[in-house]
Amino acid sequence: MENERKLTIARAMAEAMAQEMRLDPTVFVMGEDIAELGGVFGNTRGLLDEFGKERVRDTPISETGFIGAAVGAAQDGMRPVVELMFVDFFGVCFDAIYNLMAKNTYFSGGNFKVPMVLMTSTGGGYSDAGQHSQCLYGSFAHLPGMKVVSPSNAYDAKGLMTAALRDDNPVIYMFHKGLQGMGWLGTEAGANVHVPEESYEIEIGKAAIARQGSDVTIVSIAMGVHNALKAASVLEADGISAEVVDLRSLVPLDRETVRASVGKTGRLIVVDEDYHSYGVSGEIIATVCETGVSGLKAPPRRIAYPDVPIPFARVMEQHCLPNPDKIVAAAREMCRVAVPA
Amino acid sequence: MQPTKAELGWMYRTMVISRRFENAIEKIYMEGKSPVFNMADGPIPGEMHLSDGQEPVAVGVCAHLKPEDIVTATHRPHHQAIAKGVDLKKMAAEIFGKASGLSGGRGGHMHLFDADVNFACSGIIAQGMGPAAGGALSRKLQGKPGVAVSFIGEGAANQGAFHETMNLAALWKLPMICVIEDNAWGISVAKSAATSVQKNHVRAASYGIPGHYISDNDPWKIYEVAGEAIERARAGEGPTLIEIETYRLAGHFMGDAEGYRPEGEKDDLFARDPIPAMRQRLLDEATFNAADLDQMESEAQSGVDEAIQFARESADPAPEDALTAVFA
Repeated sequence: MENERKLTIARAMAEAMAQEMRLDPTVFVMGEDIAELGGVFGNTRGLLDEFGKERVRDTPISETGFIGAAVGAAQDGMRPVVELMFVDFFGVCFDAIYNLMAKNTYFSGGNFKVPMVLMTSTGGGYSDAGQHSQCLYGSFAHLPGMKVVSPSNAYDAKGLMTAALRDDNPVIYMFHKGLQGMGWLGTEAGANVHVPEESYEIEIGKAAIARQGSDVTIVSIAMGVHNALKAASVLEADGISAEVVDLRSLVPLDRETVRASVGKTGRLIVVDEDYHSYGVSGEIIATVCETGVSGLKAPPRRIAYPDVPIPFARVMEQHCLPNPDKIVAAAREMCRVAVPA
Repeated sequence: MQPTKAELGWMYRTMVISRRFENAIEKIYMEGKSPVFNMADGPIPGEMHLSDGQEPVAVGVCAHLKPEDIVTATHRPHHQAIAKGVDLKKMAAEIFGKASGLSGGRGGHMHLFDADVNFACSGIIAQGMGPAAGGALSRKLQGKPGVAVSFIGEGAANQGAFHETMNLAALWKLPMICVIEDNAWGISVAKSAATSVQKNHVRAASYGIPGHYISDNDPWKIYEVAGEAIERARAGEGPTLIEIETYRLAGHFMGDAEGYRPEGEKDDLFARDPIPAMRQRLLDEATFNAADLDQMESEAQSGVDEAIQFARESADPAPEDALTAVFA
């Protein structure tokens, strides 16, 4: 195992794109600082050298223009990958995303396909404040017509990117900055895992059991999965066995895996770095509750970002972020208190 | 560059088809909407933006386009769709929300999509710009022939999407043409009250590309200027911006009382209706005789009648089909 090749998520993403670009001449990449610089977050490094300026295009700071252009290119038989540098910037270009990219397939009755990947960085924890630190998973997942994925490790990052590039639908590929393997953003070591050289797909819409357990199910995505795994290790010492579900995709959502896990453990904690209300955490809890709550041993809990803009000051931001301690505390309470009959 | 007799015939016939189509839609739209006007009632519910008066723009530009060329259209798209060769029956059925419509009733009048002739719409102002640039980029990258035309209104030239896309298209020298239909009104706000320049073609200078303005809704002039721009795009010389003075003979949408129009403006516009004007010039220049033109008009009417009948007689979609085609 020591000799196995480990990659960062950034390198795994770039490798998936490069492999697909070798196979499929319709794949091209555009965005701000993705060519010469290789992406602010490193995920397009090396592509310019191999594929040249036509297929790896630095764009002006014109997200509405180039994301709209990606829609037009996708409708014309190309498979564009565009980068929205920070997901927070969706405010300047959301029309191209949710009114064009996500609706043209439907409005054309399926006569136009929009096979494109929009990759965008998410997440905070490094004091960049509320215009560069949000996750906004739920905002994208809420709106129909686009698939939404977010990997927690490099193996999934490569497989999800390959699957996204081969999908005939628009895919929002959200990568968490804290998992990217960029030293300057802090690095979650658990995200750097073995990645096979050869091309492979991770099915979009399929969750993974990141850790088996029997007392409580912790459902999360991206960075939250690592917090959940750390919490599970602590809980193990308490004699509480936690199962960790890594959603990997939000659209389609693997409701079956979530329900099966909670059916087994009877307890559910959702960890979500996106805002608390009207988001992914509520959706996961509803997914379980809609099918009947008779098996639940405790009310479901969510550990999410409070409904406030993300603050700058370190102590304030860290106070708001989900972390293993919060998960451990919730799990301990839940495993002590049963739901009254 | 001047239109041939055959092209003039096509232009006139297409303008008449478009107008007769709008006349038919206008009449049917009001069915079930009186005495109380409720947009949700009648065989054609929803908003309705008619293109009466703006036909010269569509035919003058589309006379140069082939099926492979790309057009992105606006919320007022009927004339553009007809001139691009969108199937009239399926288009009518879509406007009625029928199963036989272009998208099975999912889109309606503001969202007409016909992949066979590379025609797409957006109901959002200026948002056809990006996709047109992307279509043009796609042709360039694939080495395939074809240009992209984005039709927008004069109000759209104040949108970010317009500026972002013009810069991108100019920067990348894309085979794209932006055609601004200047009908002088953004719903109720006059161009002079919304736009810092009198004419939008001057904005081409900020992208380093050619800009042209055409006054008086003139089909011949539109044909000429559009033809040169399209030729330029086909030759790989990059985008062109064209603004065309046209006339919105209808309200912004049906039900618009148009109280914002100055007294007499509508009468003046109707006196300059481009269809009788073109007919007169074709007669004056002896391009066609009256019998030729009468026959074109009657053929146009039959085509429209057939399309409307097809739409009326088509079945509604199955309600549960609403849940399909979200993904490919």
